[in-house]
Amino acid sequence: MLTPNQTDNALLDRREYIGVDEVAGPILAISGIHNVGYNELIEIVDAGENVRLGMTLDVSEGAAVAQVFEGTSGLRPGATRVRFRGEPLTIAVAPEILGRAFDGLGRPIDNCPPPAGAFRDVNGLPVNPTARDYPRKFIQTGISAIDGMNTLVRGQKLPIFSGSGLPHRQIVAQITRQAKIVGEDRPFAVVFAGMGIKHDEAMYYLRNFEESGAMERVVAFLSLADAPSVERLITPRAALTAAEYLAFDLGMHVLVVLTDMTNYCEALREISTQRQEIPSRKGYPGYLYSDLASIYERAGMIIGREGSITQVPVVSMPNDDISHPVPDLSGYITEGQIVLERDLDQRGIYPPIAGLPSLSRLMKDGIGPGMTREDHAHLASQLFAAYAQVKRIRALASVIGEEELPELDRKYLAFGEAFEGQYLSQAQDEDRSIAQTLDLGWRVLSTLPREELHRITEEEIRKFYGK
Amino acid sequence: MNEWTVGTVRRVAGPVVETTCTGDAQMLELVYVGDHRLIGEIVRIRQHTAWVQVYEDTTGLRPGAPVYGSGEPLSVELGPGLIGAIYDGVQRPLDTLRKKAGDFISRGIDAPALDRQRKWHFVPALKARCPVTGGMVLGHVRETDAILHKVMAPPTIAGDLYMIAEEGDYRVEEIIATVHNHGHPVELPLFHQWPVRKSRPHAGHLHLARPLITGQRVIDTLFPVARGGVVVVPGGFGTGKTMIQHALAKWCDADIVVYIGCGERGNEMTEVLTEFPKLIDPRTERPLMDRTILIANTSNMPVAAREASIYTGITIAEYFRDMGYDVAVMADSTSRWAEALRELSGRMEEMPAEEGFPAYLPTRLAEFYERAGMVKTLAGDEASITTIGAVSPPGGDFSEPVTRQTKRFIRTFWALDKQLANSRHYPAINWLDSYSEYVDDIAEWWDATAKGEWKARRAAILSIMQREAKLERVVKLVGADVLPDSQRVVLEAAAMFKNAFLQQNSYDKMDAFCSAEKQSKMLEIILTYFDLVSEAINRGALLADFSKIEVVRDIMQMKFECGNEDAAKLDAILAKLKASVQERQHAHA
Repeated sequence: MLTPNQTDNALLDRREYIGVDEVAGPILAISGIHNVGYNELIEIVDAGENVRLGMTLDVSEGAAVAQVFEGTSGLRPGATRVRFRGEPLTIAVAPEILGRAFDGLGRPIDNCPPPAGAFRDVNGLPVNPTARDYPRKFIQTGISAIDGMNTLVRGQKLPIFSGSGLPHRQIVAQITRQAKIVGEDRPFAVVFAGMGIKHDEAMYYLRNFEESGAMERVVAFLSLADAPSVERLITPRAALTAAEYLAFDLGMHVLVVLTDMTNYCEALREISTQRQEIPSRKGYPGYLYSDLASIYERAGMIIGREGSITQVPVVSMPNDDISHPVPDLSGYITEGQIVLERDLDQRGIYPPIAGLPSLSRLMKDGIGPGMTREDHAHLASQLFAAYAQVKRIRALASVIGEEELPELDRKYLAFGEAFEGQYLSQAQDEDRSIAQTLDLGWRVLSTLPREELHRITEEEIRKFYGK
Repeated sequence: MNEWTVGTVRRVAGPVVETTCTGDAQMLELVYVGDHRLIGEIVRIRQHTAWVQVYEDTTGLRPGAPVYGSGEPLSVELGPGLIGAIYDGVQRPLDTLRKKAGDFISRGIDAPALDRQRKWHFVPALKARCPVTGGMVLGHVRETDAILHKVMAPPTIAGDLYMIAEEGDYRVEEIIATVHNHGHPVELPLFHQWPVRKSRPHAGHLHLARPLITGQRVIDTLFPVARGGVVVVPGGFGTGKTMIQHALAKWCDADIVVYIGCGERGNEMTEVLTEFPKLIDPRTERPLMDRTILIANTSNMPVAAREASIYTGITIAEYFRDMGYDVAVMADSTSRWAEALRELSGRMEEMPAEEGFPAYLPTRLAEFYERAGMVKTLAGDEASITTIGAVSPPGGDFSEPVTRQTKRFIRTFWALDKQLANSRHYPAINWLDSYSEYVDDIAEWWDATAKGEWKARRAAILSIMQREAKLERVVKLVGADVLPDSQRVVLEAAAMFKNAFLQQNSYDKMDAFCSAEKQSKMLEIILTYFDLVSEAINRGALLADFSKIEVVRDIMQMKFECGNEDAAKLDAILAKLKASVQERQHAHA
């Protein structure tokens, strides 16, 4: 039953207002309006009867400020009409979304009709912390640097911090191709959100999905570099709304790829500047952290529901600067990070996953006996410690020369070479099982004398060292 | 309900809503906004306009929507049922919300913080007709096996006890006492309310003399915190702030722990919720959850409630302090709280100071940290609140405003270091940048535990670490080989101290908690190694003679192999060390 107020709204929502007061970039100011809600969807009809979508950002008595997702070019203030829909932006979800492609606002771009299903608010709702199920299930990506050292678990959000020219594309594609839960044959569904990336980059991903036969379990949301930047503010939310539907309504395990989050943040900064908000670091708005959290926190699992959402966002570091606000704030929200290193890449090592700054916070609960193997935790810890030592010795060697180093230090350097050349490095189509990864870890570690291995128990040494 | 319309919404832009208001509206009054009755608080009034900070998402809110006043400031409910609960930033019980509204937090749902149906067994402690003052204990409720909940008269009450309930089972809303307050009868239920932004009164501050034992070696031995003290833990992402806060919440010897997850990850709260009920508190033999209260306002929950969450947490802490308990408050992370403050300030178009933060940031920080302390309660007990605040500086840069301003109000600083975290040295507390100003205050307690040697040994090991840092600069340029043995032994001892002592594995059963006695023995062993070997080198021995002695392995493994109560085993290592150094020296001679 409608309450009186809702009835009013239903009537008012059909009302159309002619004329807008101000157009500035993607922002519109409208006055003479009545009963408009905050953060609600509007339709802007231009002189040529084309409908564009927008959203209210600031509402007051008789006036509102709105952003237009498809840009404001060609709008004539006097001839523009505005309709208020009285609801937040929604997308339609149905099982048929699998295998489909949508634009950044969730409208089909594959010449098929929109999915016939329930409409969901793209903003979602925060998961009650008491309803969350703690992620513990190991995902085997087949990449040693990830599985062995920075393990991904189901329901985690683990971004890839990349730089321009680094092969994050190949790594993401390899993860989506190879990711599986050992002992389960159900593959992951993939929700792909492309934000501000180039057309050919998007094609690379889509072709990859097609070639691996995964296309029928992929949903793509594309807001490419030539789309209006404001549209990008919705793209990850639309994608996550679809992911939540697949995971929590249909019980599927979903891998969400968001690329590139830095482009998303650029769009947020653009709107914030247009609205003349007080900027914080590098001109990004003060609420960048909360805004990013509203995206990243939509990963996870819920007690009593079968599906899960695992996020692998790509965050590019401008100038390879990890302290730039976007990677920095991302790192504070996500559960670890996979950092790509230019130096490794230049030496031809693929995947160039930096040994030390990479981290998976949920690794500790997803590995060990019954999940991977009993020696995994100590082995990883020892590899990290030994590799840190390699870095120190290399710094020294660059000053005094390798010949001057004591024998032990030279052994460390040999370990470093083996670690990077054999353990980190692998082919793009090489899918290593976790046992292979761990055995390889022991093989490279065995180049070091056993007295150096402080983080490993005697028993493990007996069982694995030098084997 | 006792409420009326105080105005209507005029403008909505994010979490701050501009409304009209009648003369009845008060500053910091709790209000309900719109048809969904979103919870809010009046934060500014100018003539007939009020600004309301809304604790829920304001999507869909329209100008013209009604605003209902409550006449009360934003308060928390204090009474039996707090222990083991998980609340959001404005004390809504999250498990009840889940039962009511499902797995996602929808808007406009509300539930009382304390269960209204549950009955508690109340045992009166006073007899009728006696005088009552604020904070006096009226009776007891056994809330958990570990915690005896003292039912206190609200701090503002004074008068004669007219009636007190007999021993029996009561719901929180039932009247358990009536007090004649200046001739007016006041009925007291089992719980009372207290405004979150006002600190609860006490009878005076006391000297800080006892450490809060955390079981973390680098903290207790090097940078201790006193009961009633305040600590800040700054660190970039991935340096282990949350790991330290969790370790402290698990192992510190406080009676009550209030853990405030302020704008952090949802899964971290889930981890606490799944792990704590299974962990057993070594002192009480009860699950850790039986002394823990969680405030969870995760990063995706509304930003205004994040601002309120640390006040909600500290007010609950003060309530337990008033019962005579030692309370530890972990606030993770105060930077997110400061950012919420910044966002709300920006939305109210206030003039920003540094990096967009409002100029009153230091005042608010001081107000929060000053609510910690060792006090004499109104009931005459000695009790404390120790506050440990995490700070997340952007880019790990400690010169940013929140870290810098916080440093003014704290006395212990645990600087987390990215380099240490990268080489997986945890806890990644940097021993050169961190400090504790409580060392002198608690030296007496520690020296009693470590047979008068704690302060001296602490100074000795810090000086070794200092020398190591200087030598390390030389080593970076020319390698360690060129140093004389008398200097290399410093490097050797420092490396041993780092590996065997400073690094602590919070996932290892034996190592997660290290007792004060074990810590002091371990430190003694490492210093003895340094002293004996240096001495031997001075007499002409070579360092190489000692680096391969078997006891070194025992020292490296002692944290995993010797139990907290196992003093004999550590003494045996010490004896073995002395014997083998002597033996080597003879062999050399």
